[in-house]
Amino acid sequence: MNPKFVKIQVKKATFPSPIIQYSPIFAPNFGKDMATNSIKSLLVGVLSTILICFSFKASAQHEATKGAEEHAAPKKEGFNAKEVIFEHIMDAHEFHFINYKGSDGELHPVSIPLPIFLYSPQNGFSVFMSSAFEHGHKEVKGYKLEEGKILPVEAGVKVLDLSPTRNVVQMILALAFLVWLMISVAKTYSSGQGVSSAPKGKQNLVEVLVAFVRDEVARPNLRHKANKYLPYLLTVFFFILINNVIGLIPGTANVTGNIAFTIVLGLISFVVILFSSNSHYWGHIFNPPGVPGFVKPILVLVEFLSVFIKPFALIIRLFANMVAGHIIIICLISLIFIFAQIQPALGFAASPVSIAFTVFIYFIEVLVAFLQAFIFTVLTAVFIGQAFEGEHHHEDEHAHA
Amino acid sequence: MDFILLDALANAGGAVGAGLAAVGAGIGIGQIGKGAVEAIARQPEASNDIRANMILAAALVEGAALFAIIIGFLAMVL
Repeated sequence: MNPKFVKIQVKKATFPSPIIQYSPIFAPNFGKDMATNSIKSLLVGVLSTILICFSFKASAQHEATKGAEEHAAPKKEGFNAKEVIFEHIMDAHEFHFINYKGSDGELHPVSIPLPIFLYSPQNGFSVFMSSAFEHGHKEVKGYKLEEGKILPVEAGVKVLDLSPTRNVVQMILALAFLVWLMISVAKTYSSGQGVSSAPKGKQNLVEVLVAFVRDEVARPNLRHKANKYLPYLLTVFFFILINNVIGLIPGTANVTGNIAFTIVLGLISFVVILFSSNSHYWGHIFNPPGVPGFVKPILVLVEFLSVFIKPFALIIRLFANMVAGHIIIICLISLIFIFAQIQPALGFAASPVSIAFTVFIYFIEVLVAFLQAFIFTVLTAVFIGQAFEGEHHHEDEHAHA
Repeated sequence: MDFILLDALANAGGAVGAGLAAVGAGIGIGQIGKGAVEAIARQPEASNDIRANMILAAALVEGAALFAIIIGFLAMVL
């Protein structure tokens, strides 16, 4: 969570009752609009309904913050869905699993700490485990952990955080697993097993996916150059797939739902698209043929922007899909605790419904994990195909003529 | 006062934006599905090609919707 949230919530707590303050603003217009224009009144009605809903939310938050202030600061009372969701989808310096209530009545988190490497011109290098922070309760070697970020205690000290976060660690583990899988399968193939006979063991898993990417993605889009781009497409496909699938295991990090991860993948695809483009492709962008002169400036601008929008769309699509999936699952689980806060019996009543929906969404997420890996690969292949398409057509035309 | 109202309006704007994006994407994907099912009914032998193109088009529509949802999300968070 960013610090701005906290600031807003603190401000909220200083006002006695936000609910009452909203209604008079929109209420006087209501009757007049109703009489004059039915559409306008409908809009006002919709807007005021929305605002009432939000004022309920705001008042609930206000109560919650007030409640939190009344109790002692470090002991968190109640359930904060926003906090839980953000903790789940954001990066962290540890793998956090659950909290349990110890014999002293305090909540103890169960987590795997990760090493922290810090460099600052003033303090030099410091290396320690993230467990030394005791989840933000303690300062270590002049640093403190705040909202998941490492900050220097003294003002004016600059710090460079080089530590592997849980996303990095999980990505490297996934990569190691992928390399091991692929190398062992490749060894089996080079020993002769599965080349002309039926595949065996892990080959069954990999061969299906490789053949699928080759036949459904590479060949239709890249035609005669399919084999040249197949290594890149397969790498991207398996890398996204393995990270998507591992991200679905409870307790793991949300690697593909990290914008930095998808930006890097998108940039690599962008570079590959640019390097496979030809003069025909750029000619179509900067001098579209068969277009009236006065349209050209607009079209050139649009076409030029589309060069950048394509990889940008790839980046956002993967990021948004994975984040949205994780948020939906955690929201459905959070519903149980939100209801239980109102009334414990309601929480028990909500659990079967909530869990049934979660399982349903979970299966959809497994589908989405494969689908997003496929879509990223197929769109990359389509864009690469577009980049060198013209040349191929011209060769065909010449051959016919 | 202003602060709360602005915050609530930003939240409302984000939520309404996400809803509108979902409506648009729903219409778009519905049209794609309709087109694909009709095409497969006419030419069952081309169903594999149609399915691949359907998924591609659906992904593009969904991408536009997700842009809107991310922006709606940013309106709430920022």
